[in-house]
Amino acid sequence: MSVARILVPSQAKRGEVVEVRIAIQHPMETGFRMDNNGRAIPKNTVSNLVCRYNGAEVFRAEMGSGIAANPYLQFYFVAQDSGNVEFSWVDDAGEKGSASSAITIA
Amino acid sequence: MHLLWCCVALVSITAHTAEPRRPDPLKSGIEFSSAEVRALQQDDFSSPAMLWATRGEKLWNEPAGAGNKSCASCHQDARASMKGVSARYPKVDPGTARLTNIEGRINLCRTQNQQAPALRYESDELLALTAYIGMQSRGMPVNAVIEPQNRRNFERGRDIFYTRMGQINLACTHCHDRNFGRKLLNDTLSQGHGNPYPAYRLEWQTVGSLHRRLRACFFGVRAELPPAGSQDLLDLELFLAWRSQGLKVETPGVRK
Repeated sequence: MSVARILVPSQAKRGEVVEVRIAIQHPMETGFRMDNNGRAIPKNTVSNLVCRYNGAEVFRAEMGSGIAANPYLQFYFVAQDSGNVEFSWVDDAGEKGSASSAITIA
Repeated sequence: MHLLWCCVALVSITAHTAEPRRPDPLKSGIEFSSAEVRALQQDDFSSPAMLWATRGEKLWNEPAGAGNKSCASCHQDARASMKGVSARYPKVDPGTARLTNIEGRINLCRTQNQQAPALRYESDELLALTAYIGMQSRGMPVNAVIEPQNRRNFERGRDIFYTRMGQINLACTHCHDRNFGRKLLNDTLSQGHGNPYPAYRLEWQTVGSLHRRLRACFFGVRAELPPAGSQDLLDLELFLAWRSQGLKVETPGVRK
């Protein structure tokens, strides 16, 4: 089970630059570690994360073994219309996650 | 050799039968942490520990076991019913007459009331629930009361704290009473309080229980590691709770 926390302002003015934050619970296995029996632990990172605002892609991150566990990302976009901010991501093991939040333009 | 060890242990135990002293001034470990770690703990969104608390909130409301009951079925809203609970633990459970910490209490509830299998110590689920319950006491002073029922546990915990152990041959007191604030290699020694646990440690890249942290100290002095949830660590947890009385609960905290 993947847990994520996202923070998107619920209200904004048209044309305002809004801050978006997301934190995902994920071990981000580098692929360089061995388990107690000396076997390699396969690489498993959140390889691809996309944020869509009303269907249009506004942010994309491709993360690899250099990103620490439980990645935290913060970025900005210009709020234009009321709608949904949707995150979706997939890790190397194929496990998918998603989160969304509504934003209202005053 | 074993006999010799026992004698050494006995001497150091008897040397500390008087009531132990708390560090003065009492300082939470966060005061010895870097500005970056402090900022991480202060901001509820950036704190990775909050991911576990968020998951704990979900688990709180999720039915489990043959009883098909969730924690919320009996305890309703944790924000009201669990307020201040963590600050009073570990406590002697009246049913089993044994010293129980929050992890043990959760598992008692699971096996007896929910008829669900106990959660493994250090599992993500147990850490999440402990973190969520602990968070309801955040900002409240640690207040474990020493009474006749737990006096024996308190004394055993105190003895562990003052007993030299391991190949390095140090007791907890040597670092955490006599040398806090000074450097041990790259680390600033803290007073060794349990108030942020379960906490996210950057070194672990995950949330861990107080017992995991205590085991890390046992490992550091190259002593035999007591298993998580063992009587030794429970007794030590009670002594540490007494020792940090008055410090604010920081669960779920962040440490280096």
